[in-house]
Amino acid sequence: MADEVPKSQEMIRIDHNPPATGWMDTPTVIRKGMYCYAAKPQSVEYVGMPNPHKWNPEEEDWGLPENWVEIIVDGLRDRLDRFRSLKIFMDTCVRCGACADKCHYFIGTGDPKNMPVLRAELLRSVYRKDYTLAGKLMGKMVGARKLTLPVLKEWWYYFFQCSECRRCSVFCPYGIDTAEITMIARELLNLLGLNIDWIATPVANCYRTGNHLGIQPHAFKDMLDFFVDEIEDVTGVRVKPNFNRKGAEILFITPSGDVFGDPGTYTAMGYLILFHYLESMGLDITWSTYASEGGNFGSFTSNEMMKRLNSKMYAEAKRLGVKWILGGECGHMWRVIHQYMSTMNGPSDFLEQPVNPITGTKFENAKSNKMVHITEFTADLIKHNKLNLDKSRNDHLRLTFHDSCNPSRGMGLLEEPRYIINKTCNHFYEMPPNTIREQTFCCGSGSGLNAGENLELRFRGGLPRANAVRHVHEKHGVNMLACVCAIDRAALPPLMDYWVPGVGVTGVHELVGNALVLDGEKKRTTDLRGEDLPGMEDEG
Amino acid sequence: MNFLTSVIVSLIAVGAVLVVGTIGGAVPALHPLFGVVIPLLALAVFILGFIWKVLSWAKSPVPFSIATTCGQQKSLPWIKPDKLENPSSKWHVVGRMALEILTFRSLFRNTKMQLDSQGPRIAYGWELWLWVAALAFHYAFLTVVIRHLRFFLEPIPAPIQLLDALDGFLQIGLPGIIISGFVLFGAAGYLLFRRLAVSNVRYISLPADYFPLFLILSIAGTGLIMRYVVHVDIVAIRELTLGLASLHPSVPEGIGIFFFIHLFLVSVLLAYFPFSKLMHLGGIFMSPTRNLRGNSREFHHVNPWNPEVHLHTYEEYEDEFRDRMIEAGLPVDKMPADAADSAEKE
Ligand code: SF4
Ligand code: SF4
Repeated sequence: MADEVPKSQEMIRIDHNPPATGWMDTPTVIRKGMYCYAAKPQSVEYVGMPNPHKWNPEEEDWGLPENWVEIIVDGLRDRLDRFRSLKIFMDTCVRCGACADKCHYFIGTGDPKNMPVLRAELLRSVYRKDYTLAGKLMGKMVGARKLTLPVLKEWWYYFFQCSECRRCSVFCPYGIDTAEITMIARELLNLLGLNIDWIATPVANCYRTGNHLGIQPHAFKDMLDFFVDEIEDVTGVRVKPNFNRKGAEILFITPSGDVFGDPGTYTAMGYLILFHYLESMGLDITWSTYASEGGNFGSFTSNEMMKRLNSKMYAEAKRLGVKWILGGECGHMWRVIHQYMSTMNGPSDFLEQPVNPITGTKFENAKSNKMVHITEFTADLIKHNKLNLDKSRNDHLRLTFHDSCNPSRGMGLLEEPRYIINKTCNHFYEMPPNTIREQTFCCGSGSGLNAGENLELRFRGGLPRANAVRHVHEKHGVNMLACVCAIDRAALPPLMDYWVPGVGVTGVHELVGNALVLDGEKKRTTDLRGEDLPGMEDEG
Repeated sequence: MNFLTSVIVSLIAVGAVLVVGTIGGAVPALHPLFGVVIPLLALAVFILGFIWKVLSWAKSPVPFSIATTCGQQKSLPWIKPDKLENPSSKWHVVGRMALEILTFRSLFRNTKMQLDSQGPRIAYGWELWLWVAALAFHYAFLTVVIRHLRFFLEPIPAPIQLLDALDGFLQIGLPGIIISGFVLFGAAGYLLFRRLAVSNVRYISLPADYFPLFLILSIAGTGLIMRYVVHVDIVAIRELTLGLASLHPSVPEGIGIFFFIHLFLVSVLLAYFPFSKLMHLGGIFMSPTRNLRGNSREFHHVNPWNPEVHLHTYEEYEDEFRDRMIEAGLPVDKMPADAADSAEKE
């Protein structure tokens, strides 16, 4: 795949001027490298989604049911009745264009249909035709058009070129959130079995095994046992995680990416080290193999699928009889937990308001849904001086911090990770203000678009993020990009290699794991990655 | 649709409105129709249409708490939350909405992206002109609407007289220059210019974007003409408008053709309003990404149609993986019958 991706010098030549033909008259060409493969029928079928079938986006025939237009039109009406957001977003856009150059996919591709406003118009045009008087009477004059097969294909192509990052929504004077429109458009496409496989298969896996990667319970435990060995190699201390333990006080859930792929695994080691450190101070925590996924690719499919996958968290908390849930570092996971979970699967009255057992802090902000973000938890510990941290063990790192889209724009988790970074590292530099916090740029691979076959799309979409990293890389010698998201940890390393070679990617709790001084540990000569710590090389 | 077609179509449409308005003003027999019937009908359409649209939005529930958070959340007591950008109480929401509605907060953030493929470098400059023009346009519009109330109220309330005085403080000879009319015309002109000049905005523009702009420019234009160029009989006009307001209409003589054109343009705008993007006036109050609280872990948001879905239970999971779980030393809820004995012996 990688050899088909254009060179970066080529990719950077982006023309942001629109073509001469109007957008309705400019046919959409489905181009390799920009799309993800079609969902495998087995995966669609496993979770009972409609019309599982084999199809190929580049072929003419997409294997749609006879009455597909009717299905979409009915599906849209149904969603207009259920989502006020959709109705208002369909009716109020004034096409001011304030959102246009805010989308990383537009910046990276120059394709006008990647301007959030036009992405939304793809759906809005059909809405006007079917649901507004003006659209019925005057058609194209008022921007209305009929739903045809090319229109449907255009939807598919561009609604899977939106990472649901919500950056456009920050700038829109009416708060129009194209991510919301994309979520609903994807629901419609799913009515016809038109998901992408990078979403559909993780969904099916998660439904069956409890996590996106399809890791079965024994293998999940094996992987954590492997980390236990690694940690012992680095620290000389043997940590002892436990699983599915009834009567624990806290249930810990993190994205399975942390258990499976580098560099997320080092973040997982960070959690294990932290939990071990706190054990003697009264932390009583367990991992679950059933609820072994923090992320939720169902949320990229439909609200019902999101609910089905999310339900395991509360169900497992209830079965184990824990008091509350602690959640690991992940982006979209936290959008779901923060804004959807209680509504979908709550209220969770069988749990108690989370209290930090070590500091006694009551987490007021999680009083209803009973789930705390690990950076809130750790920041609280540090603030209360409960952690013995040796910052110098991260001195080989010059860090910047990437705010993940969902924790920033669907939650507001901005200071907590920064506080931890500042307490565990000596060299921290912010990227320019227009590219962080609520204005942060997506990694380019969010919302299930982090596949291998669409690398060009990912590198283009990741360009604005990479550009800002390059800035601090050149100015301050930044060599490590910290983040609190598992998709970031998977997606950013190749992005950095492509645009800003020499910058690595780390989770915040990897930094904690490096800095935390454990009782009875040996002198650390390497970090968790096994890389030598400068000045501490093994004397032997 | 090509932008030229869009512009021409909209020009023709507004041109047609102007022609019809001129005929209405030129033929005295049509004065009752254009001076009374059409304006009242248009007003009725506006009011009913507006209510209908807002009710139709309100009919759909807000299933999820989807505030777009634009600042620090309320979490630990020592971290300062951003109350206006990430509201955690109803009052914070009121503050956020007020900023949005009165100062166009989100538009104020606007940036302009510039790509230098040589660097390569992408820069984002603060771009305020859209915000300035939008603010000028809307406040001028509001001022003009309020000032026009003196045509419909007897006696003229003091606040309106005060506004008149403020608005007209720039006395350059006679008659006094009314700022709002010019600002409205100028800002609408800028918004039109921007729509045509910025290639990407031109690309997304529809006739439905040009038409209201042309209409409003014509309304402001005819208004300014009546004030500064041709003479119209203000007393007669006021007699007509007061009649409209009291629903005892009369059409006095000698009002002048421009007034009828102006009034017809306004009538068209009113009747067009509820069926167009101009409904953003109502929509901005109801946008779920702005009018909800951001602290959705602290309170429970109810979805009235929360669907019943099939869940994959722990029992089903354990049934599938029990043997392997036992082998790996993971606790299970149920032992397989034949493993029960050996388990007891341990
Ligand atoms: S910023 Fe909002 S109103 Fe303006 S074009 Fe974009 S979606 Fe439409
Ligand atoms: S949500 Fe993000 S990816 Fe989607 S249109 Fe908006 S800015 Fe682009």
